[in-house]
Amino acid sequence: MAKHHIEATVNGDAVEFLCETEDTLLDVLRDTLNMTGSKEGCASGDCGACSVTLDGRLVCSCLVLGCEVGGRSIETIEGMAKGETLHPIQQRFLEHAALQCGICTPGFLVASKALLEKNPNPTETEIRYWLAGNLCRCTGYDKIVSAVKDAAVTMRKG
Amino acid sequence: MAENGTNGTNGQGYVGTRTIRPDGIDKVTGRARFGADYNLPGQLIGRVLRSPHPHARIVKIDTSKAEALPGVKAVITRDDFGDQPSEFIPAGEMMMNYKDVVRNVMAREKALYEGHAVAAVAATSAAIARRALKLIDVTYEVLPHVIDVVEAMRPDAPLLHDDLFTVGVEPKPDKPSNIAKRIEITLGDIEAGFAKADVIVEREFKTAPVHQGYIEPHAALATVSEDGSTELWCTTQGHYIVRAHCARLLGLDIGKVRVTATEIGGGFGGKTVVYLEPLAIALSRKAKRPVKMVMSREEVFKSSGPTSGATVRVKMGATKDGRFVAGFAELKYQAGAFQGSPVQPGVMCAYAPYDMENVKVIGYDVVSNRPKVAAYRAPGAPISEFAVESVVDEIAKKLGLDPIELRLMNAAHEGTKAAYGPKFGPIGLEETLNAVKKTEHWNTPLRKWQGRGLASGFWFNIGGETSASLTVNEDGTVSLMAGTPDIGGLRASLAMVAADELGIPYDKVRPIIGDTGSLGFNFLTGGSRSAFSGSMAIVEAAKQIKTELCARAAKLWDAKPDQVEFSGGSVRPLGALAEKVKPMSIADFAKMAGKTGGPIGGYGRINAQGAGPSLGTHLVDLEVDPETGRVTILRYTVAQDAGRAIHPAYVEGQFQGGAVQGIGWALNEEYIYGSDGKLQNAGFLDYRMPVASDVPMIDAILVEVANPKHPYGVRGVGETPIIPPLGAIANAMEQATGIRFTELPMSPPKVLKALKEREATSKV
Repeated sequence: MAKHHIEATVNGDAVEFLCETEDTLLDVLRDTLNMTGSKEGCASGDCGACSVTLDGRLVCSCLVLGCEVGGRSIETIEGMAKGETLHPIQQRFLEHAALQCGICTPGFLVASKALLEKNPNPTETEIRYWLAGNLCRCTGYDKIVSAVKDAAVTMRKG
Repeated sequence: MAENGTNGTNGQGYVGTRTIRPDGIDKVTGRARFGADYNLPGQLIGRVLRSPHPHARIVKIDTSKAEALPGVKAVITRDDFGDQPSEFIPAGEMMMNYKDVVRNVMAREKALYEGHAVAAVAATSAAIARRALKLIDVTYEVLPHVIDVVEAMRPDAPLLHDDLFTVGVEPKPDKPSNIAKRIEITLGDIEAGFAKADVIVEREFKTAPVHQGYIEPHAALATVSEDGSTELWCTTQGHYIVRAHCARLLGLDIGKVRVTATEIGGGFGGKTVVYLEPLAIALSRKAKRPVKMVMSREEVFKSSGPTSGATVRVKMGATKDGRFVAGFAELKYQAGAFQGSPVQPGVMCAYAPYDMENVKVIGYDVVSNRPKVAAYRAPGAPISEFAVESVVDEIAKKLGLDPIELRLMNAAHEGTKAAYGPKFGPIGLEETLNAVKKTEHWNTPLRKWQGRGLASGFWFNIGGETSASLTVNEDGTVSLMAGTPDIGGLRASLAMVAADELGIPYDKVRPIIGDTGSLGFNFLTGGSRSAFSGSMAIVEAAKQIKTELCARAAKLWDAKPDQVEFSGGSVRPLGALAEKVKPMSIADFAKMAGKTGGPIGGYGRINAQGAGPSLGTHLVDLEVDPETGRVTILRYTVAQDAGRAIHPAYVEGQFQGGAVQGIGWALNEEYIYGSDGKLQNAGFLDYRMPVASDVPMIDAILVEVANPKHPYGVRGVGETPIIPPLGAIANAMEQATGIRFTELPMSPPKVLKALKEREATSKV
């Protein structure tokens, strides 16, 4: 069967690509568009390392098919910093040492941004439940939660 | 923060501060390249065919149909690997036998566990590679299997290896068995010890195998040229070890193999051995094209090493005033399909936190039809110390003593002779116990169904062979190269030490991890050694630079060596000379390097000795839901001796992360096998690791009892934190429910069953 021809927007840029029916959005991002910032930890939607937003909604890109994203807008970790300025959540992750190995970090950042855009002043419990779909095996989550809380303060100040 | 000033003297500048890691920006922007992020032009995709049987003789492998499939460029089987002699060599923190290693990377006579590699293909696409695997025809003769460690020890158990004779028993057995080894350590007279005891507690414990659970699956990209020159990129804790293994398994010269460690997405010991790496090289050698291989999560669970499950019996005796007079333990550890469980460190650590005169610990290393275990954070120690810490708690209850006071009364300290041999230097167990005692946490009341538990832990830490270099660039900036993969802030720690040693700003030091061709041998990142040993190598490299610059200054100034000294980032003239010439900074020398003797640099090549043990104490509050059996961790405090924390935030991170891994081990994680010998939960949904909503903030208390053998007092910190949670949680469960749980994990079904059983008994 012929490949699907898809046009979409990734981090504000128009992209077009060909994909097989079985190719996930994560496959497309990593292998076709060469954007390897989104990670594959499980390919079953359990670890959140491949988190992206699709028309503003947080999804695991391993659970979305490439051929489903035609005409839609995807935001990935590569689009989070603006020019030379890190997003406040990225900055706080660095300051709080909220990453050790760093493999889960892109997913946590994308998920945290989606949270703070929806809820600018989350409680610790809200942060923990929102991020429960992202696995981190290194940090024990403590410094991640602190970084997100702190970033929320910065973002509320604008 | 990076803007902190520096005064360039040992430990007075950046060391001890919370700098931003130099590799941080790449890791928060998605730019950092991990194992699966590397690609080469013209690369093929490799896939592995794995045994569906837990135990089967491989009668025949027919690859002809797969080879004929268009797009398939290479197929490999056992025939592509020469056999290896049986001999033990160090690998990671364990000893490995290449006869077993070659059989683990590719099954030979038998498949010994579900998921054991049987063949591999390289094809022009992943889809073709997958199709090719289905065309490989393997004829198996299915054999009876054995999963449980105690069953595997029975004389009539299915035998994995007909040439495995138990080592360490007299007389030498005349029949093979699944028991690879019996080991024993003794101190004093155990029987005399028990004779002095007023109270004796004896219990049997069982722990389930658990996986390291790194989020990044194993990945390798290899390219082999026609003359055998090999390049490999892979996610590993030790690229020099990978190089050694691959060269040995494939008959290559070590010098012809260049291995680059990619960024590593977690290892915890599990990335100290090879799985895909030799296969990718063998496929590339055959196909003459680059080959990329990445494991699926299912493969990670089924085919890479978890740590042992075990059965442990502990018997301890104490006098009525609380003095431990005897400690006995018998440990039976699963090794997986090949010998080499971490039972040895389990035996050595069991009673190491305590100052005891009479100790006897026996260990058995037992094979069964499971994946071969790999190192996992303080390999072996959490299991044996869980059992001992549970019994210590029970002794405290029986004697009506406070568990902190009981431990303080018996704590190992400087001068204590450990049962496993050495006399300890300064160690910090008492300090961690006292730190916990002072917390508000320890002194807060609890409600019904809540419990508080405490446990301590001991881990040796290691040093070992380390190479690292410092190069002064033309503008005075410094390139730092280390050869141990950075898993959690190593580059930051080493750059801080280099900046302090050389008296230059932290952001003028750029640290990288060099490949195997760039530096001399480095043992791997493991044994909590990389910051400890790496910083010692950096101190040595910096010393060479300072000595060289002083010599150059003396020559320039026509001065004697004792008229110059290096301090605050410059060579300074002393005495009368100070009135004639001005100090020269590293940048000044860098500008005129060509005129004063050439490039400036230092190269630390050391075999680091004197790694001080790190001890810790954990305190946990939890609540049991009597209706569901679910356990909620309410509060958690870790106190651990770091010697000297180079980067306190990353040291805290080790404490917190280790504690949460231990929480997972204690409460939920386990390999679940069906009676068919197949793993039933090979995925993150069913292998339940802690998520953010499962745990509270983890309070970290840094205790610093300097290690006198390190220039900054540093001790390794990474492994100890996973040891105490198991015992601390079991002890808290006892307080919450009145039931002594002796089987891990204490998952909801088990807790509920125990509560129901008690209810039934109390009604009778």
